[in-house]
Amino acid sequence: MSPPGAVRLLDVQGLRKHFPIRKGFLRRQVGVVRAVDDVSFHVEKGETLSLVGESGCGKTTTSRCILRALTPTEGRILFHAASGQVLDVAALSKRELQPLRRQMQMIFQDPFSSLNPRRTLLDIVAEPLVANGVGNREERLARVVELLRLVGLRPEYMRRYPHAFSGGQRQRVGIARALALNPSLVVADEPVSALDVSVQAQILNLMQDLQAQLGLTYLFVAHDLSVVRLVSDRVAVMYVGRIVELAPTEAIFATPLHPYTEALLAAVPKPDPRLRGERLLLEGEVADPSNPPPGCHFHPRCRYATEQCRTETPSLQEITPGHAVSCHRARELSLRGVAE
Amino acid sequence: MNRPILEVRDLRTYFFPEEGTVRAVDGAHLDVYPRRTLGIVGESGCGKSVTARSILRIVERPGRIVSGSILLRRDNADAGVDLTQLTPDGREMRHIRGEDIALIFQEPMTSFSPVHTIGSQIVETVRLHQGVGKRQARERAVEALRLVGVPSPERRVDEYAFQLSGGLRQRAMIALALSCSPRILIADEPTTALDVTTQAQILALLADLQRREGMAIILITHNLGVVAEMCDEVAVMYLGRVVEQGPVDTIFHDPKHPYTRALLRSMPSIKARVRSRLPVIEGSIPHPYNRPPGCPFHPRCPEFMPGRCDQIEPPSLAVGDGHDAACLLYGGPAG
Repeated sequence: MSPPGAVRLLDVQGLRKHFPIRKGFLRRQVGVVRAVDDVSFHVEKGETLSLVGESGCGKTTTSRCILRALTPTEGRILFHAASGQVLDVAALSKRELQPLRRQMQMIFQDPFSSLNPRRTLLDIVAEPLVANGVGNREERLARVVELLRLVGLRPEYMRRYPHAFSGGQRQRVGIARALALNPSLVVADEPVSALDVSVQAQILNLMQDLQAQLGLTYLFVAHDLSVVRLVSDRVAVMYVGRIVELAPTEAIFATPLHPYTEALLAAVPKPDPRLRGERLLLEGEVADPSNPPPGCHFHPRCRYATEQCRTETPSLQEITPGHAVSCHRARELSLRGVAE
Repeated sequence: MNRPILEVRDLRTYFFPEEGTVRAVDGAHLDVYPRRTLGIVGESGCGKSVTARSILRIVERPGRIVSGSILLRRDNADAGVDLTQLTPDGREMRHIRGEDIALIFQEPMTSFSPVHTIGSQIVETVRLHQGVGKRQARERAVEALRLVGVPSPERRVDEYAFQLSGGLRQRAMIALALSCSPRILIADEPTTALDVTTQAQILALLADLQRREGMAIILITHNLGVVAEMCDEVAVMYLGRVVEQGPVDTIFHDPKHPYTRALLRSMPSIKARVRSRLPVIEGSIPHPYNRPPGCPFHPRCPEFMPGRCDQIEPPSLAVGDGHDAACLLYGGPAG
């Protein structure tokens, strides 16, 4: 975990993103999907914070709001810009956002569809430089050479097209493009889930090396807890639009405090046939974010639920330093984690 | 011990596109036993799905089985039918698909018809294979859905695939596959498109159905965790070849082939050290047109022996009890 007094890079406060459900000829609004529903967290400079959860939990929507690919419905996203100013990304206009976009970049999930097949590596990696008017032609060329080396690709290949490269190599190109403008925050949405196991490890190692070398801050969005464990300093677990638990990585895995985190950890197949045994199975399905259950959203699937859980919505509370959980029974339950 | 109900011997399935030949499956050797689960594990392009499609004889053009045999035995005394000798869309093969061998796919959304109800698709299968009446077939469809844990099956039977969640859709797919009580169930990445908690439910369901129905399962996956949880025997494939196979415990605790070892080491584990680096397999999987000569793994292998591995195709050799590996470290023809 980061030392006390670490600098905050990003501060998300009460973020909400609601999508209207429209129906009929007049497209009247008949409901609302609360994709992100009152989410608060911060990211410190140089750390990796992971957002984890199952499909529909709002992790991707949260990351898109931070990059302002989506405009939040409510809440503040305070970004500590390189200039020293603190800006609310959620409130800025498109023009005001422009200079900030250089400082926040994204690595995409699918290295096949995120690279334009008709452009060479040189064009792809140089594009952010061109778009932001950085340098002249020679300077950009030199920067692309430098970037390709940085991500472990041979600069001689820069006049080739993406189809000539494997999935792992393409993901390296995507990383080089994201780093072209020296961003301080990199949002990586499932960066290795489309890759083969043997290639996943290469990309995860590369991301960690680059972080150490360039002092990058990562917001890592993933569903694979094994991957999250390898790269994160802190982990936020999301369920139906809310953060249910946020803690340093060791704590989330060793001593989870939320029953959903416990179930999520138990569901991950252990890569050792000798560890087979009776498993804690989570019944039922993820709640519908347009019509979530009252009280704690998790209560219909929770084995520890009481009457209070059915009616009262728990709030995220710090139980031990740095370990926050949103569960009425957090102090009395002793849940099972995963030991090293 | 029982004889295998399915014996795959030296199966080779090649594709002949205009650009050249792709040896998608190149000498696969597999034994499938009743009440047991065989895992076929490997990365993209290793030939695991084409192996399954070859067994069912649904390999698409320009691919075809060029040699080998696939022996299906209906009981212990049976001499067996060689599936490679049957016409792919002939009467006998169509009976075998569904009644003897059924398949569940990775993406249940695309494997159901979007314009027919779940029930009508199960009813069609049951009537086709078992010659029962409409009403009886519908009862069986409801029963099949109940068996796989679909809640209120009487209602769900009249719903369309898009009305079901991913997990329920995969359950319905399993119900469809099991509606004719096949002896062998091939599950091709059955949980890859699902969330972990749903994945755990589906895996528990498959294990439970196997205990009750006694079928053999061929589980195709890239996820070593799923293999460790589910399988009795494991075959590891790389670029069309089975490089190692054996009992699950041996594969995980005493792997012999350098690829298996490297794969196990490079896998992110939920028990790994927090914020650590993984050992990697250098390089990437070659394009199928540029298949390396000799052992297909040699350019990435830490134990590469120049002059041997790049020239000799390693034969599969016994390295332990029911444990084979195709690697020249354990012997092979003299160079």
